[in-house]
Amino acid sequence: MSKKQEQVSVFIMGKKFMVPAASTIMSALEYSGFQLKRGVGCREGFCGACATVYRLKDDFKIRTGLACQTVVQEGMLIAQIPFVPAVKPVYDISKLEPTITIFKQLYPETFRCLGCNTCSKACPQDIRVMDYINAVERGDLAKAAELSYDCIRCGMCALRCPAEIGQFNVAILAQRLYGSCLAPKSKEMIERVEQIRKGQFNEEMAAIKATDKAALKKMYYERDIEPGESV
Amino acid sequence: MTKLLYYPGCTLKADAQHFEESAMCALKELGFELQELERWNCCGTVFSLATDNTMFHLAPLRNLLRTREEGGDKLFTLCSMCYNTLKRANKLFNEDPEKNDKVRKAMYEEAIAYDGKTQTLHLLSLLRDEVGFDTLKNKIGKGLNGIKLAPYYGCMLLRPDGLGVDNMEHPRVFEDLIRAMGAEAADFPFRAECCGSYQTAQQPEIVAERTRLIIGSARKCGADAVAVSCPLCAFNLDQRQAIAARLHSDFELMPVLYITECLCLALGIEFKEPWKAFHYAPVDAVIRKMEKKA
Ligand code: SF4
Ligand code: SF4
Ligand code: FES
Repeated sequence: MSKKQEQVSVFIMGKKFMVPAASTIMSALEYSGFQLKRGVGCREGFCGACATVYRLKDDFKIRTGLACQTVVQEGMLIAQIPFVPAVKPVYDISKLEPTITIFKQLYPETFRCLGCNTCSKACPQDIRVMDYINAVERGDLAKAAELSYDCIRCGMCALRCPAEIGQFNVAILAQRLYGSCLAPKSKEMIERVEQIRKGQFNEEMAAIKATDKAALKKMYYERDIEPGESV
Repeated sequence: MTKLLYYPGCTLKADAQHFEESAMCALKELGFELQELERWNCCGTVFSLATDNTMFHLAPLRNLLRTREEGGDKLFTLCSMCYNTLKRANKLFNEDPEKNDKVRKAMYEEAIAYDGKTQTLHLLSLLRDEVGFDTLKNKIGKGLNGIKLAPYYGCMLLRPDGLGVDNMEHPRVFEDLIRAMGAEAADFPFRAECCGSYQTAQQPEIVAERTRLIIGSARKCGADAVAVSCPLCAFNLDQRQAIAARLHSDFELMPVLYITECLCLALGIEFKEPWKAFHYAPVDAVIRKMEKKA
């Protein structure tokens, strides 16, 4: 006789469901019959599509996490946040200077930060969100880009911010400006782009395109991850 | 070299870079090295006077907490606004049990709890109490002899009573420092008048009128330049001269220098070329005059 899987009760948008105790919030949603069309992506904790807010039983704190990475607990109250409507002005990155002025124009609300750190508390990636916003405020874009590197744009920081800042879009701008204007250029990358331009990989690319799925998978998992060092 | 844990604040990384650089040069000459806090955030800009203001005190208190995290109990500042905000937040933390409880609870995610023990130290206090004006005078010698500087305190260095760097009604630290540099301190009735502060963002004309009054008074006293220690005062007294000149045809520009720029000149340290670009009223002539003296 197979041992019965241990179950816990969770509340998905207020309604009670019994789900396997070892499941993530995402699998609990699907186990309970929800078909996920938004709020799901990589299922690996990389894409940031599955932002979730929850409370634990007898706990006043609003907690945030990624549905694909967070394991359910008995009595958990769950809601999904598939999209966060943050400010997102249009700009042409090649025309911008890596200075504080551009943030004052495009994201003036950045400078309303109160230092409450609610954003960092909310970040499922454990990023020091407040610190990168403050780095932007003082024009230190290298620091802002470095601190925000792991951001997956889940949007939880923006939803919790009393100053209504869209931190993750501010971070993208800082990262783009850092990458295009400030970061030391990689010699290897310049060479590689040149090689691609010259068509050095055209044949290899055509071969990959003609490969079937199983063989492709095998190639992917056996690939060389760190080919040499960058300069 | 004595190391000082240093809180720059945002303005010194943006519009007042010459304040930071000149302070570092001068302090190095006097045996102090500024070690910037590893982690810091905006000071909160102003000390909030609203009753429901707990949230606004988190920013300054967090910087005081970082100081403790980094093993210090003194935090050195140059900007008068930062100084004021940090110091007042700490007083509130230590003296208002209700607010103390609230802010502690709001900072539950921090690695350590703040204990209220970070002292905020301003440049002027350091020069007076730790270097000593006599020592400074001996080191400088004739210095800026023949130069007359108008010491401008503004509000944030002196108020509220008991938290400022000196007596609120009869301050003398700025004058004493100017004398230690060998210069003459102008007896300057507008030295502690408000510069108009953040009105500058919404209603620059109001500030330009203050600037005209303050600068005019310094001129009447025969000052060569106004000396300041606050980036907001500096902005208002210097950049707003543009509007003052536009509104009043008889208004004459006057250089506004950070006290640290003056100190560099008194100590014989070169006034760096890039610092000049941060100034609105031209500083070349007065710098040449000061260089000749030192
Ligand atoms: S910084 Fe904001 S958007 Fe980025 S991962 Fe953290 S909470 Fe999500
Ligand atoms: S939540 Fe908003 S206001 Fe609070 S620290 Fe983060 S960015 Fe600043
Ligand atoms: S689905 Fe991509 S991070 Fe969860």
